[in-house]
Amino acid sequence: MTQESAVADLTGGGLRRRRRPYHLFESIPTRQYVLIAVLSFAVLFGLWAIASYGKWVDNLFLPTPTQVWNSAVSYASDGTMFQDIKVSVTRILLGFLLSTAVAIPVGVMMGVNKRFEAAVEPPVDFIRYMPAVAFIPLTLIWFGTTETQKIVILFIGVFFQEVLLIMDNVKNVPRPLVEMAYTLGLSQWRTIWKVVVPASLPGIVDTLRICMGWAWTYLVVVELVGANDGLGFRIQSAQRYLDTAQILIGIVIIGILGLGFDFAFKALYRWAFPYLNARGK
Amino acid sequence: MADLLKIDHVSKSFRVRKSEPLLALNDINLTLADGEFMALLGASGCGKSTLLRIVAGLEEPSQGGIRLDGHELIGPGRDRGMVFQQYTLFPWLTTLKNVEFALSDKPAKERTETAREYLSVVGLSDFADHYPSQLSGGMQQRVAIARALALRPRILLMDEPFGALDAQTRGVMQELLLSIWERDRLSVLFVTHDVEESLILSDRVCVLGARPGRVREIITVDLPRPRQLDMQDSKQFRDYKHHIHSLIHEEAVRATGLQDLLRTEAS
Repeated sequence: MTQESAVADLTGGGLRRRRRPYHLFESIPTRQYVLIAVLSFAVLFGLWAIASYGKWVDNLFLPTPTQVWNSAVSYASDGTMFQDIKVSVTRILLGFLLSTAVAIPVGVMMGVNKRFEAAVEPPVDFIRYMPAVAFIPLTLIWFGTTETQKIVILFIGVFFQEVLLIMDNVKNVPRPLVEMAYTLGLSQWRTIWKVVVPASLPGIVDTLRICMGWAWTYLVVVELVGANDGLGFRIQSAQRYLDTAQILIGIVIIGILGLGFDFAFKALYRWAFPYLNARGK
Repeated sequence: MADLLKIDHVSKSFRVRKSEPLLALNDINLTLADGEFMALLGASGCGKSTLLRIVAGLEEPSQGGIRLDGHELIGPGRDRGMVFQQYTLFPWLTTLKNVEFALSDKPAKERTETAREYLSVVGLSDFADHYPSQLSGGMQQRVAIARALALRPRILLMDEPFGALDAQTRGVMQELLLSIWERDRLSVLFVTHDVEESLILSDRVCVLGARPGRVREIITVDLPRPRQLDMQDSKQFRDYKHHIHSLIHEEAVRATGLQDLLRTEAS
């Protein structure tokens, strides 16, 4: 890279290397990327430490890292933390998997069949614009403060976006691949199964990763109202006691879990689609 | 030789919104003998690809029909192997699996053996486990040809298969196709806009005129086989080339509506 980006400057006497002034979209070494990312977190942490230890902000509103750490230790040591994580993760997985299990076949059919799209897309669009959160009172009347009620809200929040994105993933399948399948003697159903689905799968996995992010938002919302356990409930009850340290822990745990799921999806992507970054050899 | 393919009074018109229907192909009649290599040649917009797609069963004619071995064709089928200009390998499958895809009606063991055999025909045995993204454009088209051959089709339909390749690679691909043709005596319908390419490869060149697409002239290419690329220097070849070029130029000028403007230059 240095050879490429450096230009010998002969006018200044001797061979002085000068950097070329254009660097948009240029890639950087992974180590440098990680270093910058770590520094970025360090700066955030530093600002927090200065603001809280320095009493710039009242500790009631912004607790110090020490307070948060102590609070976290006690939250973890009595087992409630892991119980909350378990409950929340179970809910999110159930809601997400149920939504995905319906969204994939429906989205694929919408993508390949215009009549099916005409029947399903307008109502989906209609419901999509109703905020899922607004369904909470209704679902509470229908199902009470049950697990079913929480899964239903997650489903409403995720499914109606997910199914449209999957439809678009399917529509992006290059037509020549589909025509090729026809000329190779595949029936329509086998073309869907053998060509349309594998061709749109990388896009679909990306869609699932994005939808998982939304699922986390709806999980917290649903646990803030009418729940007796879970990370969202813990945040909600800490608010009553002005326990800002506990609130921050809850938020950070959700952030870490979300990041973990995101990583898992990216790993799945790399594992399932080796051909996408296979080059040269 | 017996007639293999009969394109019988085929017309095709497209209707764009509510405008007058546009006649893309007008009453095309063509017969291809068994084992014959025919090129469909014409300027862009003459409907040559549309005609090939109708033969492939990917589009329906507005009028007329296609017969293969005397049977009316409806829709695509394994009796016609297709090679497109765009790369149409399945990116999630290795080279070998891509060729095996054409053999889905055979048992697994036979599938692999046959696929390997056809990969060796196009000289890609060493690349069986590569993904398409790891191959050059020319190599990808060789796999596509191997896949079409593996079908053991009655006829090979090729839609500007070398159009996206650089000149050097195109020459090599033409030689490869010639050697495969010499070996198997396949029937081929080959769409191209490249005059030299059509002459090197085919027994007959069907020159299509534009607006509406119709058969302008069918030229029997009486050049000795087996053919080599260097025969392009021969006088006979240049005479054919000159004749076809002037035909196509005339059609292109007419199709663009510039005949009045260009009359002085053309004469």
